[in-house]
Amino acid sequence: MANGTGAPVAYINARLVDPVAGSDQLGSLLVGADGKIADWGPSLFSSGAPWGIETVDCQRHCLAPGIVDLRVHTGEPGEEHKETLDTAGQAAAAGGITSMCILPDTDPPFDDASLIEFVHRRSRQVRLSKMYAYGALTMDLLGEQIAEMGLLGEAGAVAFTDADRPLDNAQIMRRALYYAKTFGALIVHLPQEPTLSAGHMNSGELATRLGLSGNHRLAEAIMLERDLRLVEMTGARYHASKISTEDGVDVMRRAKARGLNVTCDTAPHYFALNESAVGEYRTFAKVVPPLRSETDRRAVVEGLKDGTIDCIVSDHRPQDVESKRLPFAQAQPGVVGLETLLPVSLELYHNRHMSLPAIWQRLASTPARLFGLPGGRFDKGAPADLVLFDPDVAWVVDPEQFSSKTGNTAFDERPTQGRALMTIVDGRVIYRDTKRWLPAG
Amino acid sequence: MTTRPPIPGMPRHLLGIEGLTVATIAALLDLSETYIDTSRSLVKKRDLLAGRTVINLFFENSTRTRTSFEVAAKRLGADVVNMEVQTSSTRKGETLLDTAMTLNAMLPDALVVRHQDSGAVNLLAQKVNCAVVNGGDGQHEHPTQALLDALTIRRRKGKLQGLTVAICGDVLHSRVARSNIHLLNTMGARVRVVAPATLMPTEIERLGVEPHFSMKSGLKDADIVMMLRLQTERMSGSFVPTVSEYFHFFGLDAEKLRVAKPDVLVMHPGPMNRGVEIDSAVADDLQRSVIHEQVEMGVAVRMACLDALVGDRRNFDIRIAEGGR
Repeated sequence: MANGTGAPVAYINARLVDPVAGSDQLGSLLVGADGKIADWGPSLFSSGAPWGIETVDCQRHCLAPGIVDLRVHTGEPGEEHKETLDTAGQAAAAGGITSMCILPDTDPPFDDASLIEFVHRRSRQVRLSKMYAYGALTMDLLGEQIAEMGLLGEAGAVAFTDADRPLDNAQIMRRALYYAKTFGALIVHLPQEPTLSAGHMNSGELATRLGLSGNHRLAEAIMLERDLRLVEMTGARYHASKISTEDGVDVMRRAKARGLNVTCDTAPHYFALNESAVGEYRTFAKVVPPLRSETDRRAVVEGLKDGTIDCIVSDHRPQDVESKRLPFAQAQPGVVGLETLLPVSLELYHNRHMSLPAIWQRLASTPARLFGLPGGRFDKGAPADLVLFDPDVAWVVDPEQFSSKTGNTAFDERPTQGRALMTIVDGRVIYRDTKRWLPAG
Repeated sequence: MTTRPPIPGMPRHLLGIEGLTVATIAALLDLSETYIDTSRSLVKKRDLLAGRTVINLFFENSTRTRTSFEVAAKRLGADVVNMEVQTSSTRKGETLLDTAMTLNAMLPDALVVRHQDSGAVNLLAQKVNCAVVNGGDGQHEHPTQALLDALTIRRRKGKLQGLTVAICGDVLHSRVARSNIHLLNTMGARVRVVAPATLMPTEIERLGVEPHFSMKSGLKDADIVMMLRLQTERMSGSFVPTVSEYFHFFGLDAEKLRVAKPDVLVMHPGPMNRGVEIDSAVADDLQRSVIHEQVEMGVAVRMACLDALVGDRRNFDIRIAEGGR
């Protein structure tokens, strides 16, 4: 069994999805005894299965680098009733995610190096998907005083962010960017102008009908423009989170055309849903930033297609029933996403917007490269962090079946296609869909 | 009146280092050397400035610099008056010029001025007839500090030219850094500045220095390491997150000093924040730390500057020519 006994394993008859080479072809992949990729390619083992080592026949399912999810909220420490690192690890494994970056908005927040070490220690205990931690951008995420980016970085913080809290003070943002530049650190920011984004859903006809206060779509472009000017001034590394509007995509597209070295991400709910998902006050569709109009959704899809948007993140944010079963305005925002990231992203493939390697660039290779994480690509000597998935298998999203502690998904009862059959970290199988995948051997 | 050789190109006021020539700086340092001997004698007092009046006008709290100027002027035989002016920030401009005119009417020979605003000393110098020495203005210049640093280095290393000097810490808010950059560049030293990017002034490289964001690269093979004081009010603000982080990355300790040359000199303009920008073991290392020597050189340099400005009739004659009394 490929369960981490330390013996090499050959995955044969697999549809290899290579995001870096952009190829999608049948072939084999050999995982060495050290848990690293030893070799792969269309011609490997083409003359037959190797003799003497364990072989897994992938039955022409897709084998790709495991997903690297840059945006995961958990409840540990502070809100363990919503999610622990154990349950997040299980949900990630079931979703084909092999690495995830934990956001710092816990209680206490990750503004102290010991909490970064805590996440690493728990990651080794949980031994499922690899967990990395963001450092706080400002102390207590209050946007007033720069956090100890140097010490947090030495402890292993992969990037710096105040999670879902935008930093509205331009002077502090400027200094934070300068300070980050001192250490070559990456700043991740949710570009939302706070005074324009105080409402509860996208401002527009639906908000008017429902009588909910609006969050203006320009809140994103305005803050993004400011950030990009500051980035140009400081020369710091910057990544914008959760691009959700047509204007936001335009701003990023122009910045990249101008040669600015900036990147951004979006989440499945921004390219698969629009504001109508709020329907009759469905609090499970309340997210930050809010779901936007259909025009915006299409623009996000275009942004993903042409590479303006670099990454897809789950934006996993568990909320218990008590936080959601409230009047819309009072309900906490956020949806769980670890277990729907892969199937909802595959809608881009089924709808013929993008090829599998292009999607996997956004899901695995680019996120890993931006954050300097191992994995995310097929490379000799790279860790064997892999996902075997069937892109076509049809299923209906049912939060009862989630490994996550809470079921606040915006995709409840959505018919989807594709799911992870097996998730592998450092050559070790951490998840197997026993209902759908019983490999011969 | 005096037997000393003239200082070539000595301006009427000493407002800053920027613009001084190699010859002027070298001559001031040479003159300072003679006053080291004076200060080290049993009888330290000379009568070179006997009958002259020097007013120390300090708009910003200072003990060390003011005392140093006072000792320097007294050793030259001048009469010294100290004025510490507490200003209300709203009336600064008016108060400054009014004070200047009032003091000017008392016909001093030299005014030593420190002010919290950059350019305030230049403004004051335009309104008075006597010589003005800048004792530090805002974040602009502190010329006597740069001269005393240069004198300390020259005495230890025998030269300034070709030395690699790393100026480290809060460069953004430091007048000491600016004066030193001008002086060291003029004298042919290679100057690096080392600071977190938040404390690095914009386009500092245009001043002819090499910016570094890490002590490791900035101190590599340095002959001189000049530490700057981190002002308390900058520590827990948005410039630097915390003292502990600042010390970890930018505080000078033996470990960081290891990449510098073995005979590196450690300097600090004082007062030091031990455990913030400098570790006690380094500050008190008699082999490398010249921090106390800097203080001694300070008196000699200030004697030389006062001598150069008012030791002869020059300034007095200019005043007469201008119609002043």
